[in-house]
Amino acid sequence: MGPVPEDKRGSLSEQLPPLTENAAAVESDRCLFCYDAPCTHACPTHIDIPGFIKRISSGNLRGSAQVIYASNLLGATCARVCPVQELCEGACVLGAEHKPIAIGRLQRHAMDYAHEHKVTPIKNAGSTEHRIAVIGAGPAGLSCAGELARRGHSVTVFEKRLLPGGLSTYGIIVLREPMEVALDEARMIQDLGVEIQSEREMGKDVSMAELQLDYDAVVLSAGLGQTSGLGIDGEHAIIDGLAFIEASKTEPAEMKIGQNVLVIGAGNTAIDCATIARRLGGGHVTMVYRRSEREMTCYAHEYHFAREEGIEFRFLSQPLRVLLYGNEPIGLECLRVELGAPDRSGRPAPVLVSGSEFILEADQIVKAVGQQRPPLAELLGLRTANGYIAVGRDFETSLPNVYAIGDCIRSNGAASTVMAVQDGKIAAAAIERKLKTRTATTEES
Amino acid sequence: MADLRIKFAGIQSPNPFWLASAPPTNTGAQIHRAFEAGWGGAVWKTIGAPVLNVSNRYGAWHFGRQRMLAINNVELISDRPPEVNLREIAEVKRAWPDRAVIVSAMVESKPEAWHEIVKQIEDTGANGIELNYGCPHGMNERGMGAAVGQVPEYCEQISRWVMETATIPVIMKLTPNVTNVVLPARAGLAAGVNGFSLINTINSIVGIDLDTLELTPNIGGKGGHGGYAGPAVKPIALNMLATLGTDDVISQSGLPISGMGGISNWKDAAEFLLLGASSLQVCTAVMHYGYRIIEDLCDGLSNWMDEKGFKTIEEVVGRSLHRVSDFEDFDLSYRAVARINADECIKCNLCYVACNDAAHQCIDLISPAGSVASPYAYDLRSNGKAAATESRPQPMVREEDCVGCRLCYNVCPVDQCISMVEVPSGRPSVTWSELSEGQVAVTEDWEAMKAWRKKAGIHIH
Repeated sequence: MGPVPEDKRGSLSEQLPPLTENAAAVESDRCLFCYDAPCTHACPTHIDIPGFIKRISSGNLRGSAQVIYASNLLGATCARVCPVQELCEGACVLGAEHKPIAIGRLQRHAMDYAHEHKVTPIKNAGSTEHRIAVIGAGPAGLSCAGELARRGHSVTVFEKRLLPGGLSTYGIIVLREPMEVALDEARMIQDLGVEIQSEREMGKDVSMAELQLDYDAVVLSAGLGQTSGLGIDGEHAIIDGLAFIEASKTEPAEMKIGQNVLVIGAGNTAIDCATIARRLGGGHVTMVYRRSEREMTCYAHEYHFAREEGIEFRFLSQPLRVLLYGNEPIGLECLRVELGAPDRSGRPAPVLVSGSEFILEADQIVKAVGQQRPPLAELLGLRTANGYIAVGRDFETSLPNVYAIGDCIRSNGAASTVMAVQDGKIAAAAIERKLKTRTATTEES
Repeated sequence: MADLRIKFAGIQSPNPFWLASAPPTNTGAQIHRAFEAGWGGAVWKTIGAPVLNVSNRYGAWHFGRQRMLAINNVELISDRPPEVNLREIAEVKRAWPDRAVIVSAMVESKPEAWHEIVKQIEDTGANGIELNYGCPHGMNERGMGAAVGQVPEYCEQISRWVMETATIPVIMKLTPNVTNVVLPARAGLAAGVNGFSLINTINSIVGIDLDTLELTPNIGGKGGHGGYAGPAVKPIALNMLATLGTDDVISQSGLPISGMGGISNWKDAAEFLLLGASSLQVCTAVMHYGYRIIEDLCDGLSNWMDEKGFKTIEEVVGRSLHRVSDFEDFDLSYRAVARINADECIKCNLCYVACNDAAHQCIDLISPAGSVASPYAYDLRSNGKAAATESRPQPMVREEDCVGCRLCYNVCPVDQCISMVEVPSGRPSVTWSELSEGQVAVTEDWEAMKAWRKKAGIHIH
């Protein structure tokens, strides 16, 4: 294990280069301009994709950016991190026989233009009397705060971390989204009139009782808890995957990378961790997963990407304990697994094969096996669904005028930035409706 | 293999493709290379009166990524003195006895000027002369080019001067910048010319620069109309060709027509032949891609002729001319409807929106469950590739309401997806001219028209 070699330090820069003006023009001209387009339906925020692409084609970049902002204030992040193969591009009518339009990259082209030319979202209303508190400055919170600010409400976001942006800032690897993009986006939301108070944590620095008194509505968008524990011996020597990614973004120069890196898990975050280790000079990088290739929760394109990066895979392996030399890991003892009948998740349950112990050599072990349920649910005594905060159709929780959005309500596991953005949008519209009704009732009486 | 040789007003060439009088035929060196590439003939860039050219003389119309769908130019006739051109013409002709070398000419409207140039051209051994009555810019202000072509009397007068002297075939080139292309042609016929060529370029302004607000191309802060040519003008050229070919006087004269205007590939070429052109001239496509396009022009045309069983160009020429008709003679009872092949359809809905917004609202979106769906009917919380594609409705034509306008067919991006299917209308064939003769009231009075429609079972919604 050692520091990141000089020549590897640049290897985490954004993977896809921006489209040149000409490439964007060529690509945008390929778009058929479908009516009621399937890409728009597939996009969780329902951006008018043919509309923004047509505007790129005509050279109306300012208009193009506004089309994106109209449906999605975090278009710059989504352009980079969206699993477009599963969403817009996956639904493109040209996909079956031709290459789908590179919607993500075209959106980035429009968003880059907006950033360079200071094109900002349009505010639709003058100021109102209403005050809304948002807990957490991740994508869901920023989207909701921005949408409310556009409608003229005054919004305060309480963020427990130093920087806004949530996972976009701390948890998305630089290969996909440089930190500045997320921070610029948060700045844009602030410019809409949103106040972001940093290092203010719910339950510690802010209480729900206070907020309910001072604000007309409270929106919880605090994400999930810590990375889940494995409950094995020597776990203290295992690095938390999210912390590993965060370090690669905030202090890459101080990072230490092993020569035999094991990453436990098979989701998108696990792939990200393995990618970082591999790119920063980790000699052998192996992902360890207790089920098989078929049950991996990462996107298929992420798995292919990892294969191409030269990341190795050990399937059907259940970690048992970390072998230590002093406090440093030297290996991971595992047990072979066979797949049994489907468990509660619908996937075949891993069945341990006794006596099949084997050891994987390692000088660095990272775990990315999902995050714990949102701690706020219990703290605030909210009704839950499968451990996540339970909400109604308008994202209102069991507490009146308290809403919850983003990962903290996503009980079905399919969480993504763009869905968080859409939650924020729908919740903002619902809050607006409710506030209007309330105002109207007050005025009548 | 089909025989591509032609004989046009006595001028022979190994294939019907001639370079039009334009920049690609500016010099002997260029034409040597063109003949080496395989061109059957060349019409030398117009020689004649002294001129000076300007920079930024070519504009272009692009659409999407497609460059130069049309070119626009203010270039004048040859800016090299006639003696230089004449010497090179003689050299080229000596080197290429089997190719057609035709010289385009334009001089002042004086008999002695025309007599002189005709003699000089004949001395080179050239096979023919083309009279440039079409240039729409630069020369017409000086009483030449289109200034002649637009006035039948001038055409006739000048052509007479030419025919007094000429002993080699003379082709009169027609300008499209007229309301009726037949009249100048008839004037040429009266003067005794041996053939026609059309079309010359069309008056045009190609655009404005939205940064500087200057015209494009910008010639020192100014711009103006220039001659328009290239793929975009083909339909205009085909119409003028057919107009001339179906004119009684011209067709009875038997004079051949050399067709040009946007010929870019062998398919265009075949269409010009079918509408009566017996030689073909090409310019813009060569200005875009070079002389090498002759290869596809020749073997594409030859392969098509083989497939169709045409042995000679002569068998193709004018083959579709008898189908050129007028609205008044179209069968009003002919009925076709659009049919969408769901297996080919990619569900872009371009047919739907075109029909709904700009035609007759007779395409429905049918949900996978089989009911008529509205566009944008999905729940805002629905998303993802599967939801978007699996729930996507299929556009279908309500054939009983379809007027068969063919708009959907034209906008569909997929070949073989929408077809126009002929369906029996159940009505006896009738044309507008038959109605005007037999039931004149129907053509003049809305009440009579309504009654006639009702009887005929025509319902227009």
